[in-house]
Amino acid sequence: MPDVLFHTPAETLALSPLVGAGTSLRRAALLVRFVFRGDAAAAAKVGAAFGVALPQSPLASERTGERAALWQGPDEWLLLARPAMDGPQAVDALARSLAGEIAAALGETPHSLVDVSERHVALLLEGPGAADLLNAHVFLDLDPAAFPVGMVTRTLFTKAEIVLWRTSEQNFAIECWSSFAPYVEGHLAEA
Amino acid sequence: MLLIHCPCCGVERPEIEFRYGGEAHIARPMQPADLDDHQWAEFLYMRTNPKGVMAERWRHVHGCGRFFNALRDTVSDRFIAVYKTGEPRPDSATASGEGAR
Amino acid sequence: MTLSFRTSKGGRIDRAKSVKFIFDGKTLVGQAGDTLASALLANGIHLVGRSFKYHRPRGILTAGSEEPNALVGVAKSAAAAAAGQSVPNLRATQVEIHEGMVIVSQNRWPSLGFDIGAVNDRLSPLFVAGFYYKTFMWPKSFWNRVYEPFIRAAAGLGKAPTAPDPDRYANRYAHCDVLVAGSGPAGLAAALTATRSGARVILAYEQGEPGGSLLHDVGAQIDGRPAAEWVSAVIAELAGNDRVTLLPRTTVFGYFNQNFIGLAERVTDHLADPDPSLPRERLWQVRARQVVLATGAIERPLVFPENDRPGVMMAEAGRIYANRFGVLPGRAIAVATSCDSAWRAAFDIKALGGNVVAILDMRTDVDPALKEKARAHSIRVETGCTVTGVKGTKRIEGVRLGRISGDTVSSAGSLACDCLLMSGGWTPNVSLHSQARGKLDWHADKGAFLPGDPVQAQRSAGSCRGIDGLAQVLADGARAGAEAAQAATGNAVDVPAFSASGSEVSSGWWLGAVPHDRDASRVRAFVDFQNDVTAKDVKLAVREGMHSIEHIKRYTTTGMATDQGRLSNMNALSIASTALANEIPQVGLTTFRQPYTPVTFGTLATTSRGDLFDPVRRTAIHDWAAAQGAAFEDVSLWKRAWYFPKSGEDMHAAVLRECRTVRESVGIFDASTLGKIEVVGPDAAEFLERIYTNPWKKLGIGRLRYGLMLNEAGFIMDDGVVGRIAEDRFHVTTTTGGAPRVLAHMEDYLQTEWADLKVWLTSTTEQWAVIAVQGPKAREAIAPLVDDIDLSTEAMPHMSVRQGHVMGGIPCRLFRMSFTGEAGYEINVPPSRARQVWDAVFANVERLGGCAYGTETMHVLRAEKGYIIVGQETDGTVTPDDVGMSWAIGKNKPDFVGKRSLARPDLMATGRKQLVGLLTKDGKALLEEGAQVTAEADPAPRTPALGHVTSSYMSAAAGRPIALAMIANGRARHGETLHVPMPNGAIAVEVVPPLFVDPEGSRLNA
Repeated sequence: MPDVLFHTPAETLALSPLVGAGTSLRRAALLVRFVFRGDAAAAAKVGAAFGVALPQSPLASERTGERAALWQGPDEWLLLARPAMDGPQAVDALARSLAGEIAAALGETPHSLVDVSERHVALLLEGPGAADLLNAHVFLDLDPAAFPVGMVTRTLFTKAEIVLWRTSEQNFAIECWSSFAPYVEGHLAEA
Repeated sequence: MLLIHCPCCGVERPEIEFRYGGEAHIARPMQPADLDDHQWAEFLYMRTNPKGVMAERWRHVHGCGRFFNALRDTVSDRFIAVYKTGEPRPDSATASGEGAR
Repeated sequence: MTLSFRTSKGGRIDRAKSVKFIFDGKTLVGQAGDTLASALLANGIHLVGRSFKYHRPRGILTAGSEEPNALVGVAKSAAAAAAGQSVPNLRATQVEIHEGMVIVSQNRWPSLGFDIGAVNDRLSPLFVAGFYYKTFMWPKSFWNRVYEPFIRAAAGLGKAPTAPDPDRYANRYAHCDVLVAGSGPAGLAAALTATRSGARVILAYEQGEPGGSLLHDVGAQIDGRPAAEWVSAVIAELAGNDRVTLLPRTTVFGYFNQNFIGLAERVTDHLADPDPSLPRERLWQVRARQVVLATGAIERPLVFPENDRPGVMMAEAGRIYANRFGVLPGRAIAVATSCDSAWRAAFDIKALGGNVVAILDMRTDVDPALKEKARAHSIRVETGCTVTGVKGTKRIEGVRLGRISGDTVSSAGSLACDCLLMSGGWTPNVSLHSQARGKLDWHADKGAFLPGDPVQAQRSAGSCRGIDGLAQVLADGARAGAEAAQAATGNAVDVPAFSASGSEVSSGWWLGAVPHDRDASRVRAFVDFQNDVTAKDVKLAVREGMHSIEHIKRYTTTGMATDQGRLSNMNALSIASTALANEIPQVGLTTFRQPYTPVTFGTLATTSRGDLFDPVRRTAIHDWAAAQGAAFEDVSLWKRAWYFPKSGEDMHAAVLRECRTVRESVGIFDASTLGKIEVVGPDAAEFLERIYTNPWKKLGIGRLRYGLMLNEAGFIMDDGVVGRIAEDRFHVTTTTGGAPRVLAHMEDYLQTEWADLKVWLTSTTEQWAVIAVQGPKAREAIAPLVDDIDLSTEAMPHMSVRQGHVMGGIPCRLFRMSFTGEAGYEINVPPSRARQVWDAVFANVERLGGCAYGTETMHVLRAEKGYIIVGQETDGTVTPDDVGMSWAIGKNKPDFVGKRSLARPDLMATGRKQLVGLLTKDGKALLEEGAQVTAEADPAPRTPALGHVTSSYMSAAAGRPIALAMIANGRARHGETLHVPMPNGAIAVEVVPPLFVDPEGSRLNA
């Protein structure tokens, strides 16, 4: 089941042949991303404007269908929003309007909102073999009891830093800086 | 590889998610200009380097990004306690925080 | 060919399936299920290698990973062998044969049977312990050139493969509640118990088939059925549970901090034609809540003269080859022992039709039941009897017997045999417990070190902690499994009870050298087979003053073999303790180290090799540059276009052309890799005020400033241009390599010193691609593409920034700035559209007679202007004043990071190295970067240099080579002549100000 947050191209990327059928890797299309930094009071105001509450619990995420707020640190969140249409213009437009709405909601409340839409690439690793394949390169315990659906964390993928987010029992979104994506993809094809 | 309990994330993670940050509780003087050369050199360069329990700074650089402090026994290489920046140093004799696991 | 040493029945091999393989050029046949060792023995081959130092012929000693002698080189096929793709030093006892496998014996020339190096054996009185230390001391200069190459050629084991490793290796991180190491009765009982409690379990075992001793303990029954059947049932239950991971052919090689365990799984070595997608080996990095070590015990050799001759084998190994592999290790087999278990080997071999000529037991008080059983098997029994030597070199032909009477031994004739099975009792295998930093306790009654209290969350079970007897071992395994599962999960765990029969408890043991009646100066009894260490060597080491076992180990190399001394340590320790007249626990035991057995480099590298060794970061413009034929250089993890040679141009010509073009018309440069940090919040200006040397509060919105960053010690750490986007928002740039360091430095101060400041940092390095356009025609090149920004100098002067759009709506941040001394712009656009913008700008640049340039030209152009590069002109000991940048320090700022240090006497002292320009007197010589600069052309040795060359280039603009240098008191030396001594003579240079082009800076504002 593709995740509605992401525009998902049909094209799948190569995966290690050891991964069984039904597991796939795709690079999601461009998405609006903001890093929001500020205290809990500021975060609460953002939630109202963004339409998704910014989670206060460590490693937590909140989402509606097409928007998500991912906890990154005690004063840092990654906000994701899918534009109505694919393509950079739609991303620019949504980023602009969201930035305006959030700024308006915050008023004089000190905070930082920075557009990082293009800083990241989202790699969608989905299917029954996803967790096992990830564990070729990610040292976290991905048992659903230890890493439940919705958990999100920055961590390491061998030598690359990633944001790992479990979007469903079998699906993961790997957010990494764009220039690290080929490295992550290359290792997933080799594992 | 050590496991370190991050007091901000509330989880234990392998050491390579973290960066060592040197000895803790060495505050930058509010008015550096008021310090003479000797005092400034003490601040800059002198560290206790104990054999035993040491308070040190760590940063969960590949996690929540936060600096925090830890008590670690430099002999056994075991963490005795972790605590957030700004919190007082716990009593190492009684500390049995999650960092000690 | 008949496998003449096969039994007619029994064993776990597939008798219907023959396997052909090649050993030293000869085709041999084994059966599916054979190890290389069992297949060779089935072919009557004992001689499989030459020893490390003396090149003595050696045979198969054991049936496990502790094998010291039978090390071989293995190639998957003849084709692989021909291609140089082989693996050296594999233990024949672990290698599972497959069709077409090519094996070579090692450390012999020209052949295994006739080895020139065996002359070492005749010279053995020379090669005593400490030989290398004593002999190759002087002259010191001979060590590298003469001694070491000679020693390396003469000694050594296998040959490294000549071709790159063609195999793939993989990695898995895993977590579990209980990791069980070993699949013998204790391990299986532990794994089964933990599994039934609901715990997540990993069961790792060394061999292809689980079961350990149960696979050859043929008479044993568990819960009323043959042990091997019980093993199958247990494995089936474990395999059917999705919380259990079974790892066959997997060695637990390293026990690290906090139950971090390294495992090496051999995935395809046993397959003739594996699925090419499978890795050869897989590294498992396991974090286990609890660990159960069920690693068994290892039978100990008897240290008697010539105990290393082919045909001498461990008794239990003989039993394994007979019962499990259906191979008789000889036609006339003698057994020398000091413990009961070897008797079982004799009985089992006899039962399979083997010829056991005698059981020689050193003890006089042997269990009458054993004697009775021997009589029933018609086996000759000698008690109080030992072996004092063997006859035969490449294969034993008989043994000398000695009668033990108190401390003396008298000759008792000889006995013809072609195989001698020996046993000195059992050494509990405590390697992993010791790796886990657990202490070892000496148990004099058992003659063994047993695991003491563990330091980590682990426990030992079964014979590795000295438990003997199948029923006891099973119960101990179940106990350990239950305790581990309970500790890991917090759940109460039922401990199953197992019944066992048909497997007797063994008693009796012997430690150290066996007494004999031979001339002690002429015979050698081996303690460490792999390293050729004899009992005599250990005694010599003690005589020469080595009183600690750690010193004895290093002096003699005993215990430094690939088995980490599992076979040899206890005998060596006992011999040393006798020589020292000290108790064993006082002499101590060396620590067992990782790895348990050797691990191949590929397994440790996993997929991190070749193109995937490190992340390779490429910009949005990379493909364009590559298509243009650019050469690239590595800058931190980034690939940067270095220069763009046109056809026929070398680097020198290309860079000169690019430099000239930028100064004369315009150049385009990919600056995307620069670090970028968005500093946002009401206290942003205050924060920058404290972090940088420069003042920021009065910087207008839309203006840029060059920022210089120091560390607290006052030394330059990074630099970059900073733009004020809004009252509370700055766009900070850093050097390419410094980006993570600068962000960490800023976060450190913000989080730990100035937590009250309302300002936050976000990396935007990859949010913006940066297209630099530099040169007199820069404005002309970009103007047609800019939608909504007034580019006139009045509206947008040098050092300003505007937000707007290019090419019909692409958002951009346009910087007017220069790192070349020419007027210029840096266009920041989202990477998704960078290529589109680049192509359009490049078209204009080309039309205007411009070109693309790379990092080398960028370096030359900035050097011509005397602009520093952090890390090139600076090295972590350089202050702003040293590089002539006192102007960058805000004079009225009360404080910033590093300010107080700048007032330290050392940093204000005269004589510090200062940035200068250097021009060679001849106007032609290009100085070498890093070259030392001296006052004299031919300075006396050890004269300190005045400084060194930091940058050196051929300058198109200056029409001659130029250089930057850090020179003591440099600014006071303008006009002086100094020298750069080089191998071909010193080069005379004139010290000049570090500025070679446009001293007034008028071109910037054009």
